[in-house]
Amino acid sequence: MSTISARRTVLYDWHVAHGARMVNFAGWEMPLNYGSQLAEHEAVRQAAGFFDVSHMRPLDLGGADARTLLRYALANDVAKLDAVPGKALYSTMLQGDGGIIDDLIVTHRGDGRYRIVLNAGGAEADTAHLQALVDAHRWRVTLQKRPDLGILAVQGPTARAMAAAALGMPALAELPVFHALEQGDFFVGRTGYTGEDGVEVIAANTLLPGLANRLVAAGVCPAGLAARDSLRLEAGLDLYGQDMTTAVSPYASNLAWTVDLRAAGRDFLGRTALEAQLAAGSGAKLIGLAMREGIPRHGYAVEDAAGQPCGVVTSGIFSPSLQCGIALARVDAALEPGATCAVVVRGARRPALVVKPPFWRQGVATFSFPEEHAA
Amino acid sequence: MSKIPETLRYSDTHEWVEDLGGGRYRVGITDHAQELLGDLVYVEVPDIGKAIHGGEVCGVLESVKAAADLYAPVNGTVMERHDGLGDNPQWLNEDPYGQGWIMVVEADAAAWAGLLDAAAYAKLTES
Repeated sequence: MSTISARRTVLYDWHVAHGARMVNFAGWEMPLNYGSQLAEHEAVRQAAGFFDVSHMRPLDLGGADARTLLRYALANDVAKLDAVPGKALYSTMLQGDGGIIDDLIVTHRGDGRYRIVLNAGGAEADTAHLQALVDAHRWRVTLQKRPDLGILAVQGPTARAMAAAALGMPALAELPVFHALEQGDFFVGRTGYTGEDGVEVIAANTLLPGLANRLVAAGVCPAGLAARDSLRLEAGLDLYGQDMTTAVSPYASNLAWTVDLRAAGRDFLGRTALEAQLAAGSGAKLIGLAMREGIPRHGYAVEDAAGQPCGVVTSGIFSPSLQCGIALARVDAALEPGATCAVVVRGARRPALVVKPPFWRQGVATFSFPEEHAA
Repeated sequence: MSKIPETLRYSDTHEWVEDLGGGRYRVGITDHAQELLGDLVYVEVPDIGKAIHGGEVCGVLESVKAAADLYAPVNGTVMERHDGLGDNPQWLNEDPYGQGWIMVVEADAAAWAGLLDAAAYAKLTES
């Protein structure tokens, strides 16, 4: 393993001191767990946990044409953010052929300034891609990387109250979903990747160890990438590089809702290809699967009710909250929620229920197994 | 550091083997293995009477995130299997050398002698 070149967040020593098992993830040494993925998962579902997600990279955009750049580079439309400074939006960034370069959250900071947060693996290439668009169109945009900033995600039913106390920001109690509040040294968005309430706090690296200590003192459990993965999959959220790549479009990734075609004159990158996909009709789809018997894993084959291969599992785990196997799978067949198909687990066909993601929402399962699925 | 009891022998596929006497050996996975796998949620162990072959897959261990193969540490025959693990796979994490035992096999003493001792296994996990 080439850990030599792996980057470390400012909290590396903090993680090690708190018993973290560190792993290489997208070129960064990150905490996998602090002892038990299950305990950390449960803490986020029941109360609150926090994740160091400083491997994800903030990029600040300013200049007269920043809005123009984002309306061209993103499939969702940042015009939705014009009226309310602080409002945030989830979007994909596409290639000309509709393939997904990355997914991100963009926040409008007022006065035509924006902050986007990019995935660790793609941050460098994404920034170069945006700079190339700026250069090609001679737009007046400044792109500022922010290596001075780190990110803590505080997630769970009590997370917002805990974060408000730890940050000295009582106004977080009133912060609407997908809005950010900037106060002093902190940029706090009511966003996350767990399906729970919570915030993502962007702050100077130097402030993060102190903030982590205050959260722990308040009873917020540090949680690692393993719990982050099981939480996001229960919440039905795609992982870039696994459930979506440059080879697939948002329509094939359960992300049609993030594509905004309403402004007819907005000729964003990938639009022509997406409209052609829509006109052609059925293509591959990303669906949810739940299994009582057997645990679906990345790469396992999916078969339709007649036993014909029709797709592949892109993410699969044993769901700690639901106590069954769950997966996202990309399939060519028309499989509607409630239908039964099968996943091949070590050579054996196991029944799988088609579920519209998420699998878990606000403390309850979104589906139940029909009786014919053996326990 | 993971625990490596001196009284046990080890395979390079991270199983431990305890000599019970009379040609019987208890088998489990090491502390190091359970740390690598993370929280275990599902275990599939070979049936009683089944012949197992050293170095070959004989069962399945699944954690929340990953599926891993269980390897047979020696050639032998399964005499007992720990069925309690079905409902309590967390025993493999909590007590890998005790309550988390997986099976008892009948094997040749020569097979036992060919396994790694604690010092050799410790070296293996450090590399």
